[in-house]
Amino acid sequence: MTLTREQAGNRAVEIRWHGRGGQGAKTACLLLADVAFSSGKHVQGFPEYGPERMGAPITAYNRITDTHCKVHSNIYKPDYVAVVDETLLKTVDVTGGLSEEGAVIINTNKDPEELRPFLNGYKGKICTIDAAEISMETLGRNFPNTPMLAAVVKISGVIREDKFINDMEASFKHKFAHKPQVIDGNMQALKKALQEVKVGDKVRS
Amino acid sequence: MAVKDRLSGNEAVAVAMKQINPDVMGAFPITPSTEIPQYFSGYIANGEVDTEFIAVESEHSAMSTVMGASAAGARAVTATSSAGLAFMWELLYVAASSRLPITMAVVNRALTGPININNDHSDSMGARDSGWLQIYAETNQEVYDNMIQAMPISEACRLPIMICQDGFITSHGVSNIELIEDEKVKEFVGEYEPENYLLKHENPLAVGPYGISPYYMEIKRKQAQAMKDSMPVIMDTAKRFEEMTGRKYGFFEEYMMDDAEVALVCIGSSAGTGKEAVDRLRAEGKKVGLIKLRVFRPFPRIPLAEAMCKVKAVAIMDKAESFSNSGGPLFNEARNSLYDLENKPYAVNYIYGLGGRDITVEDFYDIYQDLFVIYDNDDPGDVYRYIGVRDSRFR
Repeated sequence: MTLTREQAGNRAVEIRWHGRGGQGAKTACLLLADVAFSSGKHVQGFPEYGPERMGAPITAYNRITDTHCKVHSNIYKPDYVAVVDETLLKTVDVTGGLSEEGAVIINTNKDPEELRPFLNGYKGKICTIDAAEISMETLGRNFPNTPMLAAVVKISGVIREDKFINDMEASFKHKFAHKPQVIDGNMQALKKALQEVKVGDKVRS
Repeated sequence: MAVKDRLSGNEAVAVAMKQINPDVMGAFPITPSTEIPQYFSGYIANGEVDTEFIAVESEHSAMSTVMGASAAGARAVTATSSAGLAFMWELLYVAASSRLPITMAVVNRALTGPININNDHSDSMGARDSGWLQIYAETNQEVYDNMIQAMPISEACRLPIMICQDGFITSHGVSNIELIEDEKVKEFVGEYEPENYLLKHENPLAVGPYGISPYYMEIKRKQAQAMKDSMPVIMDTAKRFEEMTGRKYGFFEEYMMDDAEVALVCIGSSAGTGKEAVDRLRAEGKKVGLIKLRVFRPFPRIPLAEAMCKVKAVAIMDKAESFSNSGGPLFNEARNSLYDLENKPYAVNYIYGLGGRDITVEDFYDIYQDLFVIYDNDDPGDVYRYIGVRDSRFR
């Protein structure tokens, strides 16, 4: 008999990213796929495109499994949700289908509980990270995806943090071979994000 | 050693093309296939291949360019999607009737009306009668593997070939892949040595002349024969590929079919989602199976019919509408193939996934549920159905 994915131990960690076109949510999603691949996982990283224009809401997805994952649909019941732009909370049901055992990770300068009223009754964990501030401080420009990636790695636990840092360093050295001056800033952004992400509580029933 | 990597479907196709190092690429960008010529131009700029890239002003010219190159005796490739493929239409027929072995990466996207950039099969299904071979893929691995098998098949049959994958779903989705070593790919694909070509001065010939009535029909009959004769070539190439990589391919893949009572037939990435539904239903003790069609042209009429006859009810899935009021293209050909067989199953059609409408494991559960109802009641009901459409009056 063929086992279900859960029985076969091929439990997927499913992550949904919400961002706006041009902010790098898709890039963060693909980077997460890269680092999970480097740690020996089977990965899927894919965007969902609507009308393609800067600033339009976009969604991207990750499935991370121990063996080949066959499913090719979008993710409706994610374990984790990453929100790269907090203004999306007003227009997109970012926690739709999100597991209450998981968490939503939001780029904001607010504290986790300040955002609960905007999350359509979501009772699970809320985590916040001031990715814009970290990016400005370490890179001098607003590239929220690097700190967001680190926050997602920390909260989801899909990869060990030390492994993640080593892999990213190698990856940045390769990616930015032509402008090595940005490598340090990106590494600092990752490390700072790992330390500064605020982890809220679940609503106690 | 094979190389383990993670690539999008478009990157996988571009890498396969790089390993093959064709003589000519003529291409015009269109979403979601644009990345293929984009990546490939990078390989040319870096000197990793010595392909002549011909930048053109339209897909009509892209196809004309590769036809000219192929007729001259070169190995020529292109890539397109949707309206780009539609704009090549006139030339698709000319390439096939001129027996030019061109390889085209098709990244399937809905045809416009209304405009839409997402996946369905209306573009390549619309071109199904143009005389091109068509091979479809479920995953990035499969589209890479199919691209490497394309030229040996196409050149042996002297028929052009479309290597199709689902737009965005695999083309822009990154996943694990195993790449074959460059030297092995080169050896597998071999050198292209056409028997006759325009630049062969010992044997001057014309390509694409007017076909007067006393000859036209013979030319068409020979094209039909070439399509028929491609069946063993496709199987031999798959066998040789399996010897190299251990990965087995055929006209279609049977998944959990041996003792299945009901099954579905589909093409492309959705087959993976369907297999997940099969796994979960099997865990509940339900005897369900799935057939994933890989080769649509030539249509493997006899073996496919035999595979479908293992079950009592089969759902044939079309990611394209024919507006025939009698089902989609796969349904009509697959159901037709059952006509002569005894103990044939009930066969119903589901149109799904048009313009990027997602299909989920739960949708496949519903389809298998419907098939068990057909099986239990011994009644197919309406055979022409939709799944995934919001308005319940139109399911």
